[in-house]
Amino acid sequence: MALITARGLQKRFGDLTAVKGIDVQVEPGEAFGFLGPNGAGKSSTMKMIGCVSPRTAGELSILGLDPATHAAEIKARLGVVPQTDNLDVELSVLENLTVYARFFGISRAEARRRALELLEFVQLTERANDRVEPLSGGMKRRLTIARALINEPEIVLLDEPTTGLDPQARHLVWERLFRLKQRGVTLVLTTHYMDEAEQLCDRLVVMDGGKIVAEGSPRELIERHSTREVVELRFSLNEMDELGSIAEKLDGIAQRIETLPDRLLLYAADGDAAIAEVHARGVVPASVLARRSTLEDVFLHITGRTLVD
Amino acid sequence: MRAWACYHYELIGYRRTWKGSVFSQFIVPVLFMLSIGLGVGTYVDRGGALGAVDYVSYLAPGLLVSTAMQLAVGESTFPVFSNFEWSRYYYAMQATPVRVRDVLGGLLGFLLTRVLVGAGAFLLVMAVFGAVHSPWLLGTLPVAGLVGLACAGPAIAFAARVTSAANFSLMFRFVLIPLSLFSGVFFPVERLPGWLEPLAYVSPLWHAVELSRQFAFGAFTNAASWHAAYLLVWLVAGWFLAHSSFTRRLQK
Repeated sequence: MALITARGLQKRFGDLTAVKGIDVQVEPGEAFGFLGPNGAGKSSTMKMIGCVSPRTAGELSILGLDPATHAAEIKARLGVVPQTDNLDVELSVLENLTVYARFFGISRAEARRRALELLEFVQLTERANDRVEPLSGGMKRRLTIARALINEPEIVLLDEPTTGLDPQARHLVWERLFRLKQRGVTLVLTTHYMDEAEQLCDRLVVMDGGKIVAEGSPRELIERHSTREVVELRFSLNEMDELGSIAEKLDGIAQRIETLPDRLLLYAADGDAAIAEVHARGVVPASVLARRSTLEDVFLHITGRTLVD
Repeated sequence: MRAWACYHYELIGYRRTWKGSVFSQFIVPVLFMLSIGLGVGTYVDRGGALGAVDYVSYLAPGLLVSTAMQLAVGESTFPVFSNFEWSRYYYAMQATPVRVRDVLGGLLGFLLTRVLVGAGAFLLVMAVFGAVHSPWLLGTLPVAGLVGLACAGPAIAFAARVTSAANFSLMFRFVLIPLSLFSGVFFPVERLPGWLEPLAYVSPLWHAVELSRQFAFGAFTNAASWHAAYLLVWLVAGWFLAHSSFTRRLQK
């Protein structure tokens, strides 16, 4: 049985419809991602799944229960890592876990046992009695993740889990999340980092303007919406204005050619063959890069390159 | 019970600051009793305006509930606002099985504890100043608790609605201070200008002052139960107001 099922799920705030009827199904043990630009409706969806924001229309079932009538029962079995850390900075690291455990009705002794174990898991044991305030961003994030695990949840919701962290901190968080997944915990996360989605998600949906515009595993999405490889061609400054005519000259080399303000992108199955053909047609770019296609290409292709604020 | 977990949370947080606050709970009443009670009291007693009652004994029960109100309201402003806006801890609680009524119950329970401890300290100070006249004086403790909770509800609702902490200094300046000055703590409200007098009767603090003074002297009038009822109405209305404001803020 699916852990989360949504059918025609909608969320409206006054005139604004943030989520415009989406269908989602998350299976046990899966790592499921919501991808999308700002304002796509990811966080609104997460809040409805977390039972803190009532849905406007549609069906939603979490762990077989309806959030509208069984919010507390569902929350007891969820772990939530919000977008911005909301630890109590006045309390110690350990107290942040033990106090939170009480909200789930966990006994004092059991709370302490779990808290110490979780601090070990997120590598904060040495900081157990320190105040939270002076901790680094990465440490606070790990503590927030540990706190979300205090009730041994069946589903963990993570809203942009690594936004704002430096690379080392991000990799440590990913590694810990990966371990959770190996233990069979179901992860549901939102992100706009493509590498994060590729690292963690078994399956994901791309949201844009409140709707789901693509769905599949990272591999499937790349195959469906991009090519195996991408060649990036950059040109000297005085050729920048002629990118359009250069693109015409290269017509047919790749499945698709995208003209950006500063470079051309050639979507092709074989990058090296495409580069050879570029040279054969007498085009000499300032620099050439052939790389594997990533989710980022898929994402930008589907949601467009316009900046959303 | 989930409200107990919330109460426990408040207590754990208070452990960091309790020493300072207990100290000030003894010092503030002593200062007031010395300056106004003895200082101003000398003139009042010389004039014989209060008959057989000395001014310190008149002032103390009013000051007691006024201090209780200020403590409860003060603890309902910045700490509540902070948990919405700065630490955002209420949103963390919202992700657990804890409901709004549990959070409010825990908070009011904590405020009640604080007010009762503070009022207890105040009674000791009163004893030192020789302002104890009746065993009924112990009845001022529940009055202090009642007025604290009655005023905390609207204050919590306010803290849950404002978007800037600057609003609190306006509230202190234009609501709290006038309330404590014109609610019969320092002089009978009949001495107020006629147009101001009815406002005193609306103030929950005035009802608490009247009730507290009756307990202090062990002499009750027929109005006593009406004063208590009025405070209860504030308490219940304040609870619902705070509950709806909390729920609304958490939706954002």
